[in-house]
Amino acid sequence: MESDIILRVNGREWPLRVDTRTTLLDALRERLGVTSPKKGCDHGQCGACTVLLDGRRINGCLVLAVACDGSEVVTAEGLGTDGELHPVQQAFVDHDGFQCGYCTPGQVCSAVGMLEEVAAGWPSAAGRPVADTPVLDDAEIRERMSGNLCRCGAYANIVTAVRAAKEVSR
Amino acid sequence: MSGLLENTSTRAIGADIGRVDGPAKVTGTATYAFEHQLNAPAYLHPIQATVVRGRVREFDTRDAEAVPGVLTVLTHDNAARLADIGDAELAVLQSDEVAHRGQVIGAVLAETPEAARQAVRLVRVHYEERSHDVRFSAARTDLYTPGEAEDDEQGDLAGAMASAPVTVDHTYTTPMEHNNPMEPHSTIAVWEDAGLTLYESTQGVHSVRSTMAELFGLDPERVRVIAPHVGGGFGSKGPLHPPVVLAALAARLLPGRPVKLALTRQQMFDLVGYRSPTIQRVRLAAEPDGRLTGIGIDVTAQTARFKEFLEQAGKPTEVMYAAPNRRITHRLAALDVAPPTWMRAPGECPGMFGPEVAMDELAVACGVDPVELRVRNEPGTEPASGRPFSSRNLVACLREGARRFGWQDRDPEPRRRMEDGWLVGTGVAASTYPTGQMPGSVAAVRFEDGHYHVRIGAADIGTGAWTVLTQIAADALGVPVTAVRLRIGDSSLPSASLAGGSTGTVSWGSTIVAAAQAFRERHGTAPADGAEARAGLPDNPNRERYAMHAFGAQFAEVRVHADTGEVRVPRLLGVFAAGRIVNPRTARSQFIGGMTMGLSMALHEDSVVDPRFGCVVNHDLAEYHIAANADVVDLQAHWIDEADPYVNPLGAKGIGEIGIVGTAAAIVNAAYHATGVRVRELPMTLEHFLA
Amino acid sequence: MNPFDYRRAEDAAGAVATVAADPRAMFLGGGTNLVDHLKLGIVDPDLLVDVTRLLPDGVEPLPDGGVRIGAGMRNSDLAADPLIRRRYPVLSQALLSGASGQLRNAATTGGNLLQRTRCVYFQDVTMACNKRRPGSGCSAFGGYTRYHAILGASEHCIATHPSDMAVALSALDATVVVQGTDGERRVAMTELHRLPGDAPERDTVLRHGDLITAVELPDLPFAARSRYRKVRDRASYAFALVSVAAAVDLSDGVIREARIALGGVAHKPWRATRAEAELRGARPTEETLRAAAEAELAEARPVEGNEFKPTLARNTLVATLRDLVEEERTR
Repeated sequence: MESDIILRVNGREWPLRVDTRTTLLDALRERLGVTSPKKGCDHGQCGACTVLLDGRRINGCLVLAVACDGSEVVTAEGLGTDGELHPVQQAFVDHDGFQCGYCTPGQVCSAVGMLEEVAAGWPSAAGRPVADTPVLDDAEIRERMSGNLCRCGAYANIVTAVRAAKEVSR
Repeated sequence: MSGLLENTSTRAIGADIGRVDGPAKVTGTATYAFEHQLNAPAYLHPIQATVVRGRVREFDTRDAEAVPGVLTVLTHDNAARLADIGDAELAVLQSDEVAHRGQVIGAVLAETPEAARQAVRLVRVHYEERSHDVRFSAARTDLYTPGEAEDDEQGDLAGAMASAPVTVDHTYTTPMEHNNPMEPHSTIAVWEDAGLTLYESTQGVHSVRSTMAELFGLDPERVRVIAPHVGGGFGSKGPLHPPVVLAALAARLLPGRPVKLALTRQQMFDLVGYRSPTIQRVRLAAEPDGRLTGIGIDVTAQTARFKEFLEQAGKPTEVMYAAPNRRITHRLAALDVAPPTWMRAPGECPGMFGPEVAMDELAVACGVDPVELRVRNEPGTEPASGRPFSSRNLVACLREGARRFGWQDRDPEPRRRMEDGWLVGTGVAASTYPTGQMPGSVAAVRFEDGHYHVRIGAADIGTGAWTVLTQIAADALGVPVTAVRLRIGDSSLPSASLAGGSTGTVSWGSTIVAAAQAFRERHGTAPADGAEARAGLPDNPNRERYAMHAFGAQFAEVRVHADTGEVRVPRLLGVFAAGRIVNPRTARSQFIGGMTMGLSMALHEDSVVDPRFGCVVNHDLAEYHIAANADVVDLQAHWIDEADPYVNPLGAKGIGEIGIVGTAAAIVNAAYHATGVRVRELPMTLEHFLA
Repeated sequence: MNPFDYRRAEDAAGAVATVAADPRAMFLGGGTNLVDHLKLGIVDPDLLVDVTRLLPDGVEPLPDGGVRIGAGMRNSDLAADPLIRRRYPVLSQALLSGASGQLRNAATTGGNLLQRTRCVYFQDVTMACNKRRPGSGCSAFGGYTRYHAILGASEHCIATHPSDMAVALSALDATVVVQGTDGERRVAMTELHRLPGDAPERDTVLRHGDLITAVELPDLPFAARSRYRKVRDRASYAFALVSVAAAVDLSDGVIREARIALGGVAHKPWRATRAEAELRGARPTEETLRAAAEAELAEARPVEGNEFKPTLARNTLVATLRDLVEEERTR
């Protein structure tokens, strides 16, 4: 069964007829050719498909495209402005926060969404009392970025990159 | 060997340069296999055997074929016949036999991925089922000695064990583990009159081309394999596995249309290999001061009944420590399972677990510091072969690591430190990996439009090949990196060996050096537009004369929760001696990546085979744990300056794998120091420490 | 997965009527579990009714001092809610220890309660499972049981409930507000999930078509000092082997009240009533804490492969209580 929807992806509007079974991830990759979100597990267990959906980081593989009608999607490809990398992306390059690059767009989107969450005062399970206002130290970055697996093992550099990006944005 | 770098003013090699493919990767615009935009693709989904052993009696495909959008159901009945190339794993859909659960017995080709997957569920398969046996054990009576690893005995280990004042004799085990690169194995296959084009997630485009050409009876010139970016492999994308063959079989039924196949994560546990589990009996005989008089390892590993693969876990014991009596054996259990394959540091990685934990047990038994124990057993020449080392700086790594880690203040008594409810300890282990070189690469250099175009069919699976080969070419030509235009990842480029065995950079890099030299000899320093030269990888006679290995030392701090047994690794520090470092930024990533995977192996990884079903049951990334970001805290990699004039013109050793070697032993040894509990099996989960 | 129809519901009554009338219809919330199961073939609906835009998604104080949580509230919003963080930290902690930031941004309160077991045999449709296909048998017995139940299981099923949030809600004596075809009713959190018995296919007492619209927490002042302790294999992003949600009312060195629930040990969040009874009126010494934990786990029945869990559950419970008591003392 099919349904007509409209997706706004990286600022561009796409009217689209989708199979109701199609996930947001497959709609982006297979229908729109937006392949910056990656498919690593297709079950919300790796984070490679992370995109910003209406401003929040989510796993594109677990959202049906039909349920995203009218939504705004930003992928790693749409983060930069005027041809410049987003500060998080530049920090990943500077600190080599990746190797094979397959989890990277998801890591980058996750980091951008996560920094917003911290700015909004959201707590984490990193150990600080939940009632306190969070302070983004390395332990917080590690916990908050744990939904993005990296098999190449770039975590140490990812943490450095996110810390650097936070300092730049400050 | 003539030193390239002694003769030129080195600029690029050794420079801390960001990845040339970095911007593409952080924006997600680097194109991986499944992402090539081709017109009107069809989607392929495999049908997998749900019995372990037997034959398919009948497919009932009526319901599947009735699904709108289904193009065809592919089985052994309508698949093309392939040439027998002596690799039973690649004889995809060539018979009705089922040799392991999850085996590909067919596939559905459809207009959409949803339709293909739906239809696969509707295919009814009737089997003639036979009894199966997947139980891995060293007590099996049908173990056999593989031809490639005859027993290796020097002196008399049993005699040494009988007469030694101190002995260690324990059995250590490592589990089945899966490579699980983040990018699942993926293919787009296009079959046209002109030939077969494969967009493939592979560690070697040329080996895919030659193997596929042979299988399908095509002239290799009619097969093209394209892989500009590869989302990790760690060995599983080295040799070919059934999916790429399946995709080509399907494409052949649908000439002119691209056929897309990406494995699901679950299928990754059935179809593309894994690290064999190992059982290692390790014996050490020693004087009271820890000097070894004997060392032995008896390895049991598993293989598929229909295809042999040996995890050569005994290999590092040929290299590591001096001892007059030595015994190394391998036995295989042939089971009704899918074949194992390479996984990051095959042989060395599991093979440095048992022995390096045993060395820690010996240190405890002798009351000798474990760093000092290893120093005392440093050999003058490679123990098993007697050849001199081209360079060996294990002792320097141990000393430098001990200094950086703060080892000197360590109280050797276990279970002495408790902090906030956590027992704290430290441990050490050594690392080693052979410095190889693979034959068969050719590189071309062409001067055009003011740039040097360097072409070689290499693969970048995350190692940094795009970047470091550019650096090597720049220095070999004596030009800035900005003057070099590198092309890799396409079989239409000159032949390149696999990205595997930590040989990529040194094999391809040495080839590029040779091509650059040929270019300069022929065209001088002011070449005409269109000037070109090519060269193959020269032989290195030193490889016969010297034993060539990289070495390292890893230090771990481990915390074990006194109540719950939870294990954490707050500190991991490695120091490596691996020749010349071409790019410190990408090299550090290689080392920390290996160490992180080693930490993951120590604490988490375990492919659980349910013998009743004959397959891995925790077959996804929620149940098969790999380390997450929060598992890695203070992780550092360092290296010592090592000049090795013999290994290759670059003076470089491979670094992609050594980081995972010894890590698990260091962590297990630290956990012993923290708790007094000696764990001899992996993964080291919390129940080992519960009381 | 088979094709299905998708409808976005406008109001709860309509959504309930639609789903109740069609045995093959299901509600779609955040989708993090349902879409997962659609792909695995565990469920095969012909209609999904999207309720995400109609359910309340905030936290509001109730006149009796309790609070009401909208069932459509995302896990991340609930965990970050100032009132929840201050008055019921155990709930915030439980939510934050579950899944990942991305999943918490999608998962809803109602959906979290209804997530299904992670038993590997339940998730693989080629294997027998009484929960997925009643009467087909339980493959977990004699198989991979590391994450399986030690309390309240039956010969038909040893699966565990995977939610962290539900464990905290169980300890907090929450009430689940359910809209059915015959109107709204209230179900105690401790009664929502079932033990498997001979019908493991039924996770909860809800009927087909019932829609969770809200969860209410009672006024429980001592819950302001409560905590959730999750023990798992990975340091983050992993399901619990064992977890403990606990709140203790301590005054004059005596435990007046305790609220304790365990996760990862049973087919439902396991309210530790025996331990609570043992602790009531007791002085919190190491011995009394341990005795309470042992009383709770006296009936624990591990199977081959999870023999370690009673010890782990006992130790985790003792450690959590010890930490809480210590926190109270130093306050």
